[in-house]
Amino acid sequence: MKLLKGKWSAITVPVLSVALGLLVGGMIMLVSGYNPIVAYAALFNGIFSNSYVLGETVRQMTPLILSGLAVAFAFRTGLFNIGVEGQLLVGWLASVYVGLQFEGLSPLVHIPLAILAAGVAGAMWAFVPGFLKAKYHVHEVITTIMMNYVALHVVNAIIRTYLLAPGERTDQINQSASLQSSFLQTVTDFSRLHYGFVVAIIGAIIMWFLLWKTTTGYELRSVGFNKYASEYAGINVQRNIILSMVISGAFAGAAGAMEGLGTYGYMTVMADFTGVGFDGIAVALLGANSAFGVVLASALFGGLKIGALNMQSVAQVPTQLVEIVIAMIIFFVASSYLIHWISNRVNKRGKI
Amino acid sequence: MEYVIEMRNIRKEFPGIVANDNITLQLQKGEIHALLGENGAGKSTLMNVLFGLYQPEQGEIHVRGQKVNITDPNIANELGIGMVHQHFMLVEKFTVTENIILGNEPTTKGQVNLKTAAKEVESISKQYGLSVDPNAKIEDISVGMQQRVEILKTLYRGADILIFDEPTAVLTPQEIKELIAIMKKLIAEGKSIILITHKLKEIMEVSDRCTVIRRGVGIGTVDVANTNEDELASMMVGREVNFSIQKKPSEPTTDTLEIKNLVVEDARKVPAVNGMDLSVRAGEIVGIAGVDGNGQSELIEAITGLRKSKSGSVMLNGKDVTNWKPRRVTEGGIGHIPQDRHKHGLVLDFSIGENMVLQTYYKRPFSRNGILSIPTIMEKAKSLIKEYDVRTPSESTPARALSGGNQQKAIIAREIDRSPNLLIAAQPTRGLDVGAIEFIHSKLVEERDKGKAVLLISFELEEIMNVSDRIAVIYEGKIVAIVKPEETTEQELGLLMAGANRKKAGETS
Repeated sequence: MKLLKGKWSAITVPVLSVALGLLVGGMIMLVSGYNPIVAYAALFNGIFSNSYVLGETVRQMTPLILSGLAVAFAFRTGLFNIGVEGQLLVGWLASVYVGLQFEGLSPLVHIPLAILAAGVAGAMWAFVPGFLKAKYHVHEVITTIMMNYVALHVVNAIIRTYLLAPGERTDQINQSASLQSSFLQTVTDFSRLHYGFVVAIIGAIIMWFLLWKTTTGYELRSVGFNKYASEYAGINVQRNIILSMVISGAFAGAAGAMEGLGTYGYMTVMADFTGVGFDGIAVALLGANSAFGVVLASALFGGLKIGALNMQSVAQVPTQLVEIVIAMIIFFVASSYLIHWISNRVNKRGKI
Repeated sequence: MEYVIEMRNIRKEFPGIVANDNITLQLQKGEIHALLGENGAGKSTLMNVLFGLYQPEQGEIHVRGQKVNITDPNIANELGIGMVHQHFMLVEKFTVTENIILGNEPTTKGQVNLKTAAKEVESISKQYGLSVDPNAKIEDISVGMQQRVEILKTLYRGADILIFDEPTAVLTPQEIKELIAIMKKLIAEGKSIILITHKLKEIMEVSDRCTVIRRGVGIGTVDVANTNEDELASMMVGREVNFSIQKKPSEPTTDTLEIKNLVVEDARKVPAVNGMDLSVRAGEIVGIAGVDGNGQSELIEAITGLRKSKSGSVMLNGKDVTNWKPRRVTEGGIGHIPQDRHKHGLVLDFSIGENMVLQTYYKRPFSRNGILSIPTIMEKAKSLIKEYDVRTPSESTPARALSGGNQQKAIIAREIDRSPNLLIAAQPTRGLDVGAIEFIHSKLVEERDKGKAVLLISFELEEIMNVSDRIAVIYEGKIVAIVKPEETTEQELGLLMAGANRKKAGETS
């Protein structure tokens, strides 16, 4: 139980929360008349059993990693970016736009250019709340949430007005901008796996390096912990608040590019949010806001979501049950305070 | 002899550090027992063990002769142990009574019975001569009164063993006198008190016995009647302590800092510094004496660039630095030991190493082209930790985990190491023990002897008198007198600080 405190808590709390989440999920299955052992076996098989599901899991992980990094990065600087969803949407659109507009480029130029455009679009979208926060102390939670709606409708309007193709969507992007790979599809039994996961891993490395190894990261973390001491040290607090939002938005925009250049290759008129941006909050929370943790948490969430499909077809357990499990995991991470408290109780009983 | 509390051979370890090693504390009924030790010696840890916040690795606690196992503060409360915390735990918007009953509310038919509670609070307050108004709101009463509310809280819960954690740190001299009277009254009514402090004067004045701990080890218990301040100090620090600072007469040369007609507004747009003239020369320590709130903070903030001045000028070595940004000021040669070390001085969640480069992280050798050189930073931190005797398990320990004195030493190490032309030290020894104070004072004098200018701001006259070469008295945002310590007295300074005109005006430079 000592593991729940100190430096190990970043690992033990998530692991314990996952176990408890699965346990509660199993109990709900029992109550609802399903066999949890069969269901979980199907879930497990649905993640690992063959190369197709493995490929799908990694594909599912890819945007989650980047949106999780976006939330975690802002959080490290003391900001709560709930606007990842909106930044992701504008990033998606920007990547698709670049993918459509440029022809005859080498993929080595076209793909980075499209991802860059997505990052810049996300960054610009996040700049607004960052600027309002830095200059006028407007709370970023409010503005980022509102910017999500603005993004959703602006993106839809742009697609409808300028980019519309049959089927309420844009045209397919040019092959030179696509992250899709026939090689990856062949090895994974024609899953939709694409090269985006490389981009996501590079993103995680960038975040880690930026935060811990650069003077910029030093400043960002310093401002996140203590504005006054940062000001005393001559660090420009306002600039760093904006910078933090902008970098966070760039990660979010890149997450959108994973969908636009990888999974789909186009963008549809959205009836609702994708949810990937909001899942990023959960991923960051479970991953303790560290780059490596975000990758692991994305693997878990991606896996659960893909495994749920198999669970439904083999054990007839609705996919929604996995949503419940995910929600329970988040619940337990968020209430790690409660877990501490219980462990303290147990400790004492044990000792007396 | 039976003790109300007996802590035998307590040992408490934290990762990398033994906070308490074989400490024994015996509290007799009806005595005031002082617990003396430097910052970080392990006083608070010991009391947290007694209060059930920490579990000791070894040792036993006996309360009134019974062996007990205190696993949480509720058990301590049930045993009649109450703690008056240094940082008050009160709800500002609540009344005195509401705060006192919080968590223990008397109810009739599910409703909180405030009237009965208020009566009871009042009667306890009368019994111990606390004169607290049970219906006053916390935000409306003085710090001294708030402390009495904390005392009342423990009494209301039936405590007869009271622990006072550095109770005088936040009080004015008058309030300290009153607190001492209250403590004596408590004893007369049959309570027993443990007084945690590092102020020797107070121990001599109120306590019956004193237990000294040094670096986590129990040194011994002495009868206060048979000892003196010098002996206590050397027990605490482990060597002889110099109360008066050894220093040669100053040899000031040219003006390092020159302030002319400076006006600085506070947050409410009222001029807090109002037409101030002041100069500090290389090779001297100028002490600013004054009651808190007469423009000291605004003056420092204006010099260091944390606050814009409205008019007037600040010159550093003949260069106009008025309203420069903090980084430019720092690079221009000003070091600043800030008044509030937690707010401005340190990023508490950063490691000590990261804190040591707070103003230099962007320069070589600590970084190149925007990439931090972490080994270089940690090497630097290691050498500063060694040179300035900062007691920390390692350079990668978070600053938060250090005691106040060691945090302050870390700041001082960082600021002096940059070897600034002007060192501003704002209350550099607040809340520190004699050993640390002696160390910091000697460092200030050392800087002066190197030909640097030092500006010392302190609310403690003793410190101003001891350390300064010249004393500038600040009153309502102006320097009203400049005196030499050897030509004045604390009484005279006190009068000047209160706005009285100097009789011998014009006599000193």
